[in-house]
This record gives sequence, C-alpha cells and structure tokens, in this order.
Amino acid sequence: MRAYFDHNATTPPAPDVIEAVVGALRDDFGNPSSVHHFGQRAKALLDDARTAAAELIGAEPGDIVFTSGGTEADNMALRGAAEAAEAAGSRRHVIASAIEHEAVLNTVKALVRRGWTSTLLPVDASGIVAPGALAAAMTPQTAIVSVMHANNEIGTIQPIADLAAIAHEHGALFHTDAVQSVAKVPVDVRALGVDLLSLSAHKFNGPKGAGALWIRRGARIVSTMTGGKHERNRRGGTENVPGIAGLGVAARLARAKLPAESTRIAALRDRLEQGVLARVTGTAVNGDLAARVPNTTNISFDGIEAESLLIALDLEGFAVSTGSACSSGTLEPSHVLRAMGLPTHRTQNSIRFSLGLGNTDQQVDALLERLPAVVSKLRTLVRR
Amino acid sequence: MRIVVAMSGGVDSSVAAGLLAREGHEVIGLSMQLYDQQQGEVTFGSCCTIDDLHDARRAAGTIGIPHYIVNFEHKFEERVVSDFVREYAAGRTPIPCVHCNGDLKFASLVERAQAFGAEAVATGHYAQVDVDERTRRYRLKRGADPQKDQSYFLFTLSQAQLARARFPVGALSKPAVREEARRMGLTVAEKHDSQEICFVAAGEHPEFVGRRAAMPPGAIRDREGRVLGRHEGVHRFTIGQRKGLGLSTGVPLYVVDIDAASADVTVGPRDALERDTLTASRVNWISGETPPAPVRAHARIRYRHTEAPATIVPLPDDRAQVAFDSPQSAITPGQAVVFFDGDEVLGGGWID
Repeated sequence: MRAYFDHNATTPPAPDVIEAVVGALRDDFGNPSSVHHFGQRAKALLDDARTAAAELIGAEPGDIVFTSGGTEADNMALRGAAEAAEAAGSRRHVIASAIEHEAVLNTVKALVRRGWTSTLLPVDASGIVAPGALAAAMTPQTAIVSVMHANNEIGTIQPIADLAAIAHEHGALFHTDAVQSVAKVPVDVRALGVDLLSLSAHKFNGPKGAGALWIRRGARIVSTMTGGKHERNRRGGTENVPGIAGLGVAARLARAKLPAESTRIAALRDRLEQGVLARVTGTAVNGDLAARVPNTTNISFDGIEAESLLIALDLEGFAVSTGSACSSGTLEPSHVLRAMGLPTHRTQNSIRFSLGLGNTDQQVDALLERLPAVVSKLRTLVRR
Repeated sequence: MRIVVAMSGGVDSSVAAGLLAREGHEVIGLSMQLYDQQQGEVTFGSCCTIDDLHDARRAAGTIGIPHYIVNFEHKFEERVVSDFVREYAAGRTPIPCVHCNGDLKFASLVERAQAFGAEAVATGHYAQVDVDERTRRYRLKRGADPQKDQSYFLFTLSQAQLARARFPVGALSKPAVREEARRMGLTVAEKHDSQEICFVAAGEHPEFVGRRAAMPPGAIRDREGRVLGRHEGVHRFTIGQRKGLGLSTGVPLYVVDIDAASADVTVGPRDALERDTLTASRVNWISGETPPAPVRAHARIRYRHTEAPATIVPLPDDRAQVAFDSPQSAITPGQAVVFFDGDEVLGGGWID
C-alpha cells in the first residue's frame, strides 16, 4: 500500500480534470486568439474556466489572469505592482512576511537588487503575523505588502483582512499568496479585502502549469510578460488551454466539495495528529492549532533528522515531506520554523503531513501503526 | 535482500546498483551531498557535485530503483575536510578518500542503511570481499582489474563493516563495467573517471588550505641548513616534489623533509629521498587481530606505487614498523601504507 500525505506539494488530478485536459488537447487544439471555429472553441474553454476560477474566490471573471502557476502569479503581482509604483511616484518599499514561499521571498530580493528597500515581518511562536507589526513597518514609501493567506509548511492562516486594511490606510497595494488556502478554506477576495491574489491549480486536484492572479479592478500593475494582447494585455503568450481547462474543472469540483470535504479532512488530520502525539514520544506540533488549513500538520520528532524519517517512511509506502518540497536536499533549517523562534534542532526534525481527497481512515491507521517502530529504529541507529 | 548502494553519479556505482537490481535485490540508491551546492566554492569537483547527483538520480531512474539524497555536509566537513586541512598544515600529505570511505560510506551511510531496513551497503569500488573458510573471517581483496584496483583506499574497514559491504563491480574490468552500463542504457556509460580529490580542484589545494588555516611563510634549506629560498607555507609541498620550488640550481632538487613547527622545507638530490623503513600509526588489521609476530608482505606507500617486499613488525598502540627489503623513494607522512599478501589486503596504517 502507498499512501500520499503530501498534498501541499501537489495533488493527484481528479478524473474529471484529466478528462478535461485530455479533451482540450485532443478536441480543442485551436488558438483562443483565432477568429475561426477552432479558436472559438478554445476560447470558450478559457471563458468557462475563468468563470469557475472567479466563482471559487468570489471574484469577477474579467479580473482573473491565467498564469503558469503560483510562482508566476506571485512574480506578476510583485514585479507588476513595483513597476507601476516606479512609474507613478517615488514609493520603493516592499513588505512581506518572513514565512512567505520562496516565490515571494526571492522576488522581494529581486526588487531590492533594483533599488527597493524591504521589510520582512516577524511571526509569533505560532506562526502568525501580528497586525501591529505591519502597522509599525508601514512607511510613506511602502508601495506593496505581500502576506500569504495560508503557510505551506505549517498551514497557519494569517489575518489577511486586518493586514490588508492597514496596508490600504497607508496607500499601499496588498497581495496575498493564497496557493495553500484556495479550495481548503473559503476564500473570498472581497472579504479578504486584498488587491492581488495568487492561486495554483495543482494544489487542488488540477494540473500543474496552470494558475491565476486575481487583480482587483483598478489596482495598477504593469504587465511583466510582454507579448500579444492575451489576457486583456496583462499576460502575453498563447494560453495553456488544456491546463486552464483542467484548472476550471478543478475549481468547480473544489467549490462543490469544499464544506463537506474540509470537515472530513480536518477530522482525518486531527486523528493523525493526535495519534502521532499519543504513540510517539518526543513529538510536538508546530504552528497555531486553530488558525490553520484543515489538511496540514507539522510535527517535530526529537532526536531525529527529518531527512532520514522521510526516506524511511517512503520505503514503508508513506509519502510525507520535510518543510516545503522546494527545500529537499538541503540541510537548511526551515525558514518558517526559524522565524517562529523554534530552537535549531526543532527546525531540522519536523515532518509535514498534508492530506487531501484520496486519503482514508485506513491510510491514517496504517501510518499510525508503522510510525512508532520507524521512529524508534531511527532513534536507535542513527547518530546525529 | 534490501541493499543500499552509495551512488556517486559515476559509472561504477551506477553499474553496481544495476547489477544488484538484476540479481533481484531490493536496491535503494543513496547519494551523499557533501558540501553546500549553493555556495559555489566547489564548482569543478569530480565526484558528488550537483551534476553528479543528477546523474545518480537518472541512473537510478533507468535501473528503476528509488533514489534519495542524504545530506552529510556536516560530517564531511568534520571528518574529511578539516582533517585534510589539519594534515597539510602539519606538513603532511593527506588522502581524504580513505576517511570518506571509512567514516562516511561505511559508517554513517551504514547506520542509515540499517535504519532503512537494509542489510548491506554496496559501493562502486574495485575491490572484493570473501570469507576465509578456515578462520571464518572476512577478507578484503584487490579488484579484479589491476589498473583500477581500489582496495588500497579501504584498508580501515573492520570485520563488521566488511560483513555488510558489497562491491559488485570488484570482479569486473573497467571496460566490462562500461559495457554493462551501455547494456543497461545508463547515460553515464562513457562518463570520465573521477580524479584527484572531489572537493578541491587539481593543484588548488594550497589556496583551499590557505583559506582555512593561517600558514606562516618559511625557508627552503639544503640538508646542511643553508637557506636557498623562501616559501609561503609548508602546505604547498609534498615529499618528493620537484616543481614549484622556485630554486635555480644546477642539479635537480627534491623536497626531502617538511617541518611544520619551524616552517622549514628541506631539499636534496633524488637519492636523498630513499628510505628503507617507516613507522605507521592507527594500523588496522583486516582480520581484526594484530599478528603476534612480524609478517612478510608487499607494502604500498601511495595509491600509485608498485608495492615492495617488506617485513611488517607490529608495535604497541596500533602502530607498526615497515622494513623494506630495498629502499623506497619519497615515503610521505600522511599517506597510507597498505600491506598485501598476494591479492589479499592484510591491513594498513598512516605513515608517521
């Protein structure tokens, strides 16, 4: 048996999604910009997907720009807003939280390289950004604030509405990377009060290579992917029609399943978490227990290198992750856990279990049955 | 049997994994990440660079086995790199590969392997292990290909380590290994052999050591103590070295002695390099038991040295004296002396 507990890295595409992707490849190969029948059919797929994506986040279809994924959406948001700010005036300060995904952190660094200043907001011990910290960091120079909705490693949900209000008081744009929250919790762009929001299809049973940036009407960002007049001049390049069609189907499925599925997943996650804490000594959960997405738990195992536990579990048939998939192969302690002020050993011995559609009670039972022996073997045999 | 293969990304360890998989074993490929690939200091190396990790992963994919990268940066720094720097700073000429084998592959990697439920660890070394029917002890033997034999680098292995060690290419010649690689469809079939030391480019070890240790300048003297020139640190020299001395003399001069305490480098004519005895420390006897009496053997004083007949006299504290039948040139402190009886490695130690 193999069980997949790494849904924050990616998710298996739903059967209907696969059908939609294959169907688009096979039957609707036209260029959506073409005038003829073939183009119209492809364009119809885009329109339909745009509507589905908009419905999932409480938005208007016309404000959705399709991208190649979350990273491109984050880049488009930050670089596009920065270019607009540079054209409009003298604001050159960007604020982000210290626990952002690399897509945001490294884009902030890129802005700093071209003359911007930046501030990384601290988080508290449970991984939450305090609105007061943002208020203190705002300056008249601040053009952009970017704080993720849910964190990929620990799943904590940030008080986005409060943070966005503070940014707006100071005349700054607010972006949120909602890649890890969309389809896990209700996401409504108006309730959040943000200007820009990134999402990614493959995190909710859609295909890889498709994502979107929602841009509030009136928010000024400059297109950074220059080319043809695609996506209303906001992103050049022929659209990835199969991927976007899959995104649309995944968005509809997610919206239909969200309330019931998130309750089921939360119960499963809680059982997994409680089971690990009860059966394995020297374990502790990282991050806020209440303000978090229902599918994620991040657990530290004393006296263990996370890397070894991950491999041992994989050999037992359980796919988990250390921190984020992007940091595999490095010994860098998790920047998220470090920002929470955890001691070094706990930033290097944590495992992320992230659940999703396919997970069952039986899989959680199997994991809980094998895990104690795997952990004790590692604790006995591997000297740190 | 579940077997972990240490995969460097080279042809030998890739074929080792393929051979074991073909025999029906459950093979798990592990590659060691030994230094921070993002720091850029190590861009040239010949083993375990980021490209090599990709090669290892591709080979594992072709063979159809799982592959993982384990991070041994801290252990590599602690056991291999810092020893390398310390030895050069002490005027000796280290062989880091032996530590990497003994302290990483056959120690840390074996621990991981056991934790992952594996019974053995295989590498791509050209060496062989068998059991002596009479004594029931493991024997370490040369690889079948005399050009590639790497048993010299494995003399520190214990009986317990040999019990878990597998050298699947040890019975093959290098051309046969490449032929196997082609048959398996491995992209590394034609990859060049790794050379020298993986974490330092050839000839650049003085800069590497100089960055990590304060090396005082000193004098180059003849055997009578007369100053012939100056130098910028004893780590730039090895016994027998002729080039790079910066001296203009009629006769060719060679480094015959290095004294780190005084920073003196002594040079002399070629025949001054000859010695017929040496002592070695931290001697390991493969059988696990120190012989009760002197042993006749062929002793090798560096990897590319034709071993010479000698008498090995065990001394207290895991030391030994090696008395060669005829003088040997450039016996170099820090290198390993390894004792062979025919194809069998009896043991070895570190030259004082």
